[in-house]
Amino acid sequence: MTTATLTGAIAERYWVQDHHPQNGSLLGFWLYLMSDCLIFAVLFAMYGVVGSNYAAGPAPKDLFDLNLVALNTAMLLLSSITYGFAMLAMARGHKAHTLLWLAITGVFGLAFVGIELYEFHHLIELGATPQRSAFLSAFFALVGTHGLHVSFGIVWLVVLMAQVNRWGLTAVNRRRLMCLSLFWHFLDLIWIGVFSYVYLMGVIR
Amino acid sequence: MSAPALPPERSELANLVFGRLSWESIPFHDPIILSTFAVAATLGLALLGWITQQRAWGWLWRDWFCTIDHKKIGVMYMVLAFVMLLRGFADAIMMRLQQAMAHGDAAGYLPPHHYDQIFTAHGVIMIFFVAMPFVTGLMNYAVPLQIGARDVAFPFLNNFSFWMTTAGAVLVMASLFIGEFSTAGWLAYPPLSGADYSAGVGMDYYIWALQIAGVGTLLSGVNLIVTIVKMRAPGMTLMKMPIFTWTALCTNVLIVAAFPVLTAVLLLLGLDRTVGTNFFTNDFGGNPMMYVNLIWIWGHPEVYILILPLFGVFSEVVSTFSGKRLFGYTSMVYATVVITILSYIVWLHHFFTMGSGASVNAFFGITTMIISIPTGAKMFNWLFTMYRGRIRFELPMLWTMGFMFTFVVGGMTGVLLAVPPADFVLHNSLFLIAHFHNVIIGGVVFGTFAGISYWFPKVFGYKLDEFWGRVSFWCWQLGFLFAFMPLYVLGLMGVTRRVSQFEDTSLQPFFIVAAFGAVLIGLGILASLIQFYVSYKRRHALRDETGDPWDGRTLEWSTSSPPPEYNFAFTPRVHDVDAWWDMKRNGYTRPTSGFVPVHMPKGTAAGLVLAGLSTVCGFALIWHIWWLVIASFVGLVGYAIAHTFNLNRDFHIPAQEVQRVEDARTAQLARLATQEGYAP
Repeated sequence: MTTATLTGAIAERYWVQDHHPQNGSLLGFWLYLMSDCLIFAVLFAMYGVVGSNYAAGPAPKDLFDLNLVALNTAMLLLSSITYGFAMLAMARGHKAHTLLWLAITGVFGLAFVGIELYEFHHLIELGATPQRSAFLSAFFALVGTHGLHVSFGIVWLVVLMAQVNRWGLTAVNRRRLMCLSLFWHFLDLIWIGVFSYVYLMGVIR
Repeated sequence: MSAPALPPERSELANLVFGRLSWESIPFHDPIILSTFAVAATLGLALLGWITQQRAWGWLWRDWFCTIDHKKIGVMYMVLAFVMLLRGFADAIMMRLQQAMAHGDAAGYLPPHHYDQIFTAHGVIMIFFVAMPFVTGLMNYAVPLQIGARDVAFPFLNNFSFWMTTAGAVLVMASLFIGEFSTAGWLAYPPLSGADYSAGVGMDYYIWALQIAGVGTLLSGVNLIVTIVKMRAPGMTLMKMPIFTWTALCTNVLIVAAFPVLTAVLLLLGLDRTVGTNFFTNDFGGNPMMYVNLIWIWGHPEVYILILPLFGVFSEVVSTFSGKRLFGYTSMVYATVVITILSYIVWLHHFFTMGSGASVNAFFGITTMIISIPTGAKMFNWLFTMYRGRIRFELPMLWTMGFMFTFVVGGMTGVLLAVPPADFVLHNSLFLIAHFHNVIIGGVVFGTFAGISYWFPKVFGYKLDEFWGRVSFWCWQLGFLFAFMPLYVLGLMGVTRRVSQFEDTSLQPFFIVAAFGAVLIGLGILASLIQFYVSYKRRHALRDETGDPWDGRTLEWSTSSPPPEYNFAFTPRVHDVDAWWDMKRNGYTRPTSGFVPVHMPKGTAAGLVLAGLSTVCGFALIWHIWWLVIASFVGLVGYAIAHTFNLNRDFHIPAQEVQRVEDARTAQLARLATQEGYAP
């Protein structure tokens, strides 16, 4: 690399030699998350408007088992904590610990998706299908979209584990882990909304 | 010709393999479509043959299809938009012809079912695949150059976004020859668009084409926001950004904040149709009004997404061709931001008549009227910029003045429609049609042509032919007046939109005038195609080597035309809103040595492959070919994952190469200085 030869006051006034630093990924990912947040906002709004249109079918009170949902919520919240531990391990530059915590996070995530699938299966067996009423359509759309996001997050997690294993905690991998971290905590936040608005308020109603 | 849900008398296996697709899906019985197909196929084959004969496939593939250069992607967006403009216009002229013919006993030449598909396709194509790619193309090309950046923040994503938009366009075009298109209007209100009333594949084409294109639009929105926020040249504070970049920023904020709503609402409509859920159905607790609200929460910001960047183009053009700094830069920025915010709280004015009640209507009527204040402020800013300026009546300025005249009329009819009691009379009438064509043609189309003729010399190194440009402008301007002024009158008389036959023969003269106007617009489009051809032929005479043919004011004019692959060898430092003007006036010197290697991203076919798989997946979803849905989706995810394992994504342009390019430019400028006395 040649040394700077931008000499003269005029040249220095109008030109700089350095290129822009490339640090847009996190901002870009934040923007994506906000757009995803809007998708959930629409699904929440949909549930808010048609959530009590039972069409003479079952209501939340008849369907939701709060114990199961509490267990499920615990799985997801714990997975967020363990992801946090993975990020701490990453900050310390400890590859093996990072991978271990990521694996634990993935197991919690799988448990969450598994319990959710069990719940869906149970509801459908009861005849509470997405086709039964607008309430159930909105319920399955909102909770299902969240579940799909978590499933996608697990796939992403596995891919990143393979990449961390292969290349170590490189700058690229750190950036990717950071993005997934944002994604994972974001889903946690959405779930808190789902848990409070759909399940808790549904049982009160 | 509505396609049956499942073709009868077919084996289970055939249904499994082909879903709803069968020979009956190909409209052999329709002479109009068949002849269109024949013409399209002949032209398409001729084009492919010509490319083969020119041995241009390798070049096309490497330098264009796989490119991650924002400039080339911008050009590809413009080409896509122009091709789709021809299709959208073909739909328009067919409707005008039908309405001019079908009065009294005459039935015209289009059966109602076909007519319904045409007006739906016209709206969808013109908004999503003409106006959007035009706007995105202009932003893609100009924004990085204006802010002194080498590319956008995520160059690969940019390529991917383009191909996703194209994939959506491909699906819409496929619907012409395989199956049918939606008949439910460009916004597809349920319950009409639900499975009960639109059983065919047309609605599914609509849903999946827009979903796939929507991914592209959203990602390009994210991309450009990050580009503008993170990659501005040093010294370019927010209030020193070129006004076009400001409007681009606001538009992309709108895109990111609005398109997810479209994605979600179309997803729900798709679930209603495919899975049988009850979001927008009439029974089982569904609520069709939710759809209307949600689609307009996207739809109203969408019209500002389209117009804002063109406001930016007009601002650049007015100040450049008046030889003056833009009047009221600060108020222009604030007006843009205010419009951005207000565009979110006016959506209900699209359905005042649907029973929201007087108080709600009053609120949305007032917010709508308030939006005309910042827009009016902009209009005065442009006028004051021109006032006592040395106006050069070049093509971009011509389009701009046409816009100022036309758009004011359209804006005023918009304020009329914002008055709820008046809207009760005018709702869904041809008055509304005339209004939005007035603002979209007068604003978006004229702005696009202003932008094209303004930046064309930057892109290709030669100006556009003046004569054919003027012909095109006057055909569009007069054609617009002839085509839409009669519709205002008809709308006031109570004629509703989307009608294919009229009993009242006294209306016919108005429709004949409108059809004449459409023909004039067609001549305008033809003239601009001729303009491109003639300009290419005369490119040596029209050549601009200075890189600054209009005596421009912003940074894109500081580079050569076309700019080098890396845009700027050194990053410019900005001291003024009109950065290039400031550099020219204060005797800047171009650095001629000391170049360093330039870090660049590599071209890749990944965007094209992913978009291709998305097209297949969309097609399979439309036709219920479930095995193909699964296969293409797995392929999509698998390929995307594999792509993340490829870290070999960039390269360096060696310093010697940069030196060579810059030396050529230095020599070019020196020659211009001695031969033509050019001094920037």
